[in-house]
Amino acid sequence: MSEHRTPVAIGELSENDPHLQPAAKNPQTVEGVIAGTFVLGLLCVAGFGASYWVNAKPWILGATMGFGLFFLGIGLVAWGKYLMPRGPFVEERHELATSQADRDAMAAAIIERGGGVVKRRKMLAGLLGGGLGVFSLVALFPVIRSLGPLPKGTLFHTDWKKGSYAVDQTGRRVNVGDLAVGSIVTVFPEGAENTDRGQAVDQTVLIRVSNENYTTQKGRESWGPKGYIAYSKLCTHLGCPVGLYEQELQLLVCPCHQSMFNVTNGAIPEFGPAPRPLPQLPLYIDAEGNIRAQNGYDQPVGPGFWERHNV
Amino acid sequence: MSDVTVPTTKRAKKAAEGPYGKIGQAINELDDRLGVAKGGRTFMDKIFPDHWSFMLGEIALYSFVILLVTGIYLTFYYVPSVAHVIYHGSYKPLDGQSVTQAFASTVNISFAVRGGLLMRQMHHWACDIFVGSIVVHMARVFFTGAFRKPRELNWTIGLTLMILAIGNGFLGYSLPDDLVSGTGIRIAYSIMESIPLVGTYLAFFVFGGNFPGTATIPRFFILHVLILPLVIIGLVTAHLFLLVRQKHTQFPGEGKTEKNVVGTPMFPVFMAKTTGFLFIVGGVTALLGAFAQINPIWQFGPYDAARISYAVQPDFYMGFLDGALRIWPSWSFASFGHTIPFEVFVPAVILPGIIFNIAYVWPMLERKFTHDNEIHNLLDRPSQRPKRTAAGVAVLVFISMLFIASSTDLIANFFHLSLNYVLWAMRFLVIVTPFIAYPITYKICKELQGVKGGGKRKTPNVVTRTVEGEYLATPTPSYSEDVMEELHPTPVPIFIEAEPDEPVESGVRTVDR
Repeated sequence: MSEHRTPVAIGELSENDPHLQPAAKNPQTVEGVIAGTFVLGLLCVAGFGASYWVNAKPWILGATMGFGLFFLGIGLVAWGKYLMPRGPFVEERHELATSQADRDAMAAAIIERGGGVVKRRKMLAGLLGGGLGVFSLVALFPVIRSLGPLPKGTLFHTDWKKGSYAVDQTGRRVNVGDLAVGSIVTVFPEGAENTDRGQAVDQTVLIRVSNENYTTQKGRESWGPKGYIAYSKLCTHLGCPVGLYEQELQLLVCPCHQSMFNVTNGAIPEFGPAPRPLPQLPLYIDAEGNIRAQNGYDQPVGPGFWERHNV
Repeated sequence: MSDVTVPTTKRAKKAAEGPYGKIGQAINELDDRLGVAKGGRTFMDKIFPDHWSFMLGEIALYSFVILLVTGIYLTFYYVPSVAHVIYHGSYKPLDGQSVTQAFASTVNISFAVRGGLLMRQMHHWACDIFVGSIVVHMARVFFTGAFRKPRELNWTIGLTLMILAIGNGFLGYSLPDDLVSGTGIRIAYSIMESIPLVGTYLAFFVFGGNFPGTATIPRFFILHVLILPLVIIGLVTAHLFLLVRQKHTQFPGEGKTEKNVVGTPMFPVFMAKTTGFLFIVGGVTALLGAFAQINPIWQFGPYDAARISYAVQPDFYMGFLDGALRIWPSWSFASFGHTIPFEVFVPAVILPGIIFNIAYVWPMLERKFTHDNEIHNLLDRPSQRPKRTAAGVAVLVFISMLFIASSTDLIANFFHLSLNYVLWAMRFLVIVTPFIAYPITYKICKELQGVKGGGKRKTPNVVTRTVEGEYLATPTPSYSEDVMEELHPTPVPIFIEAEPDEPVESGVRTVDR
């Protein structure tokens, strides 16, 4: 070890040798600049402490911390770049691969030693493997199963039932006189307007398109009393709320991926990636003039999934 | 008794400590127990190649450090619960509203916690820098062929890290439970639902029930702050371990071979530069956090499943998925009592699956097609491998086009074009541009191969006429600024006496080897 410490003169590394440092000849200038950045950094970092102490505005905290770190960093990089031996220096790579003998020895150890042990105890090995295999399989079920409930029918039904009152987000029943032609309101089945599920699944757009009974498609002659029609607000593409109503073109637009649904024509998608019309909710107006559902939706609302029947 | 001298003077005490004083003693004690001296010394001599492109991975590493530090700060104040509370905090416009605890606590971090807003914004910016620098770093590794044998495993780890970074970015983005992030969760739920056969079960198990559910935010929280960070830390450690074990690649050059590494040593040069660089990355992130607002959730408001904001856009690393979802046609399969939502499943599950899997197997594919099973430590210039470079550029162009497609509505508004026109233009461009990018890149690479002295300015030829009337063209030497002096590397000295206390008379410096 001691001979390593003996100073050896390397001719190439003379005072002018570029391996040393770019600023070796005249380090004072660089030192000055670096000292300057360190002083600035120090001041900023101290300023960060002070501004935290007095609870200054967030941008002052960020500016002092940011400039502080930035200046300290710049100075340190400059120190490394200009005032330290820059090289290039070289290091030999060691061969990653060992010898063939080593490889053979390892393979032999696995096959001959391990294989020999297992070969003579095939039944034991099989039983152990079987036990562990069965355990990992049965353990998988409770682990996965405990993560959540089964879908069952929940994706198929909403809370809209025969006779449900349509209420707005505050829970007020919508009356036939409430909407002018061309107006729109988001409604929920009464009682679900404040639940998470109601918000997410039952949300329905109620639009008044005319003063007369309105038919959006064949077979839906009675669904739009006095021009009130209702569609599920969940986009059939990815379930975003179809929140934009383009009154002039009578289109419901999904702001997520720009699917557009024709309100007057059964909410058939006219543009964008949505594959299906928005399901329509059949309505009627009761004796007091409340807007109510004739029935629930005749199909699952929202995006498609494997179990969904083709309707 | 008499030959034991108790050091009395300062000088004697110092002499008794050995030539390297307290540090030397500490190393003695450590080495007695752990045997670290030899490996430690080797590590301090580890050579880091000097090339700016090697800095990209450092940006990724340091932005991850910033993510950890700022993230720990945020966990002290964030409440991962969707239980509703009436907000009565310092942000008055929300006063009296019923919001979830997750949202309330995030608004609280932004307005009431000292330094909280800065930490939130730094965390978000650091995430964008993290993912972005990983992508650029990967592009460097790809185009220079640094993934070739023996480094295929590290390419795999790096790619996994990128996917985890994107995933964890999405989880973190979802935690504030604001209007925009809630819509993001809704979309993620629907994407999971779109998987044939198991989709609904998968969605119910991952999100803990039908959307919205109360389990999502707490689950996302523990994944975001504990499980994924642990996996990422483990993989980063493996990534760096392999880097040390296999040593760096390097570009060909003066004295550089397959069997050595040329550059600057770990200690002190690289350590100074890289620590400085850590500070710079931290400083820039803090400045971004200070001056560039990001994700102002109090403006979006709390999540409400029945509301939506216009022009909702995810973070940039999700853009290509969003773009794919926008431009993919509405082809749904519905028959035999089942529905396969191809309009979602293909662009959001199959497409990224294909892209990432090609990236995973690329080193293997290339080895198969080039029949090149050699160990490579010297890097390619991208122009030397025109096919690989062209393929890489084509894929990047494809993904960039998908990214641009994620703002079809904004483009249409900005240029006053019909959305339909923009949509069809993007569909066309996504498919066509990669096929244009490939031959152009290929051609440029081939041209570059033919250029002598690439990167240098052309020098004039001096034409002279001899007395006999013969014309001679003599090329003039290169411009001095264009000549890159490359020094021949020397072995790492133990100690370079760069500035001796006394002037050296011979003009020769002494160096410990």
